[in-house]
Amino acid sequence: MTTTSRQLLAKYGGVLAVILFWSGTAFAHPQAGEAKGFLTGFKHPISGLDHVLAMVAVGLWGAQLGSPAIWLLPVAFPMVMAFGGMLGLMGVPLPGVEYGIAASAILLGMAVLFEVRPPLAMAAILVSVFAIFHGHAHGTELPPGQSGLLYSMGFVIATGCLHAIGIGIGTVHRWQWGQWFLRFAGAIVACGGMFFLWKAVA
Amino acid sequence: MKKRPIHSRLPLYSFVTFVAMFAALPAEAHLNSTGMGPIYDGLMHFLLSPEDLAPVLALALLAGLRGASYGRRALFVLPAAWLLGGLIGLAVASANPHPVISSFWFLLLGGLLAADVKLSLKLTTALATLVGLYHGYLNGTGLGLSFTSAAVLLGLIFAVFVLVALAAALVVQLRASWARVAVRVAGSWIAASGLLMLGWAMRKG
Repeated sequence: MTTTSRQLLAKYGGVLAVILFWSGTAFAHPQAGEAKGFLTGFKHPISGLDHVLAMVAVGLWGAQLGSPAIWLLPVAFPMVMAFGGMLGLMGVPLPGVEYGIAASAILLGMAVLFEVRPPLAMAAILVSVFAIFHGHAHGTELPPGQSGLLYSMGFVIATGCLHAIGIGIGTVHRWQWGQWFLRFAGAIVACGGMFFLWKAVA
Repeated sequence: MKKRPIHSRLPLYSFVTFVAMFAALPAEAHLNSTGMGPIYDGLMHFLLSPEDLAPVLALALLAGLRGASYGRRALFVLPAAWLLGGLIGLAVASANPHPVISSFWFLLLGGLLAADVKLSLKLTTALATLVGLYHGYLNGTGLGLSFTSAAVLLGLIFAVFVLVALAAALVVQLRASWARVAVRVAGSWIAASGLLMLGWAMRKG
């Protein structure tokens, strides 16, 4: 240690040590349950690959269909999915939820793969039906003891972010290679859906 | 004159430092022990309460989408109604708001914003009045009658005013269609949160 370092240490070391030992608790953490509720809600949609594939596929398909579907689907999907979540929370049964989720990945993936262009209303209805299955699954799986409002906001924002990612990826559709890339991505989503269907049946 | 080495002055400095430290009063620099003063407590309460924040944001965005005159109307009517509701609430011992009513505001305002409903100026004014009265009343009942309650309420209203001014002004000047749709997406998120809150409120068990 050099002389200068020793001098500095002698000068400030004691003071620093006293300050460090003297400091009180910062209480920098949020209130119990708040961050937990938001983060748990935010993590829920992105914790299952089946959900992630379907949500991103909605964005991809919207990007392929172009305006106004690219905007209509992300506006409609969270609300319909939340409706499904509400049914799940209220304990309203919905048969074949796992099959519905797997089927959503298969059909949305195939829609992207073959660049299917149905009428806007039909696309919205198809996506909405699947959204109810996804929402219901989330609603019934909610862990107890969460902050309802913050959980809900985290859940919805995460879903919207997944759509935004899909739309963002879908912007490559303007290029020829991008169109092939999107079709390839659709094939992956459809394959993932088949895997989840196989798991649901098995 | 030859300068004395620092280690020879260390005992003196240490002694002075320790005396100064022990003589010091508690700094009370942390917010949990001091609060931020009633005005800032009210301001922070609003900014940290999503059940208040989200409906106000939705209303401000909705008014902003309709234009500057709607934004100006919401800017002054909402805080005024909030103040009135708060003053009424201060006189009431307690209130027990049902979560379904909070969900209703999320659903209504988020839904109107998502659908980009073209409300008249009168309806926007009425909506701002009702939102302000309801949320102000709840805030007021939570504060109770004390010397600082009115100051907390003022801080709260100041925060409402600032949020409406910023959000509405941001949206008024948006011209790109994608940006306006992004605002509507925010509305759909608020409405979706309201639907889920409704589910939570009606959850069995």
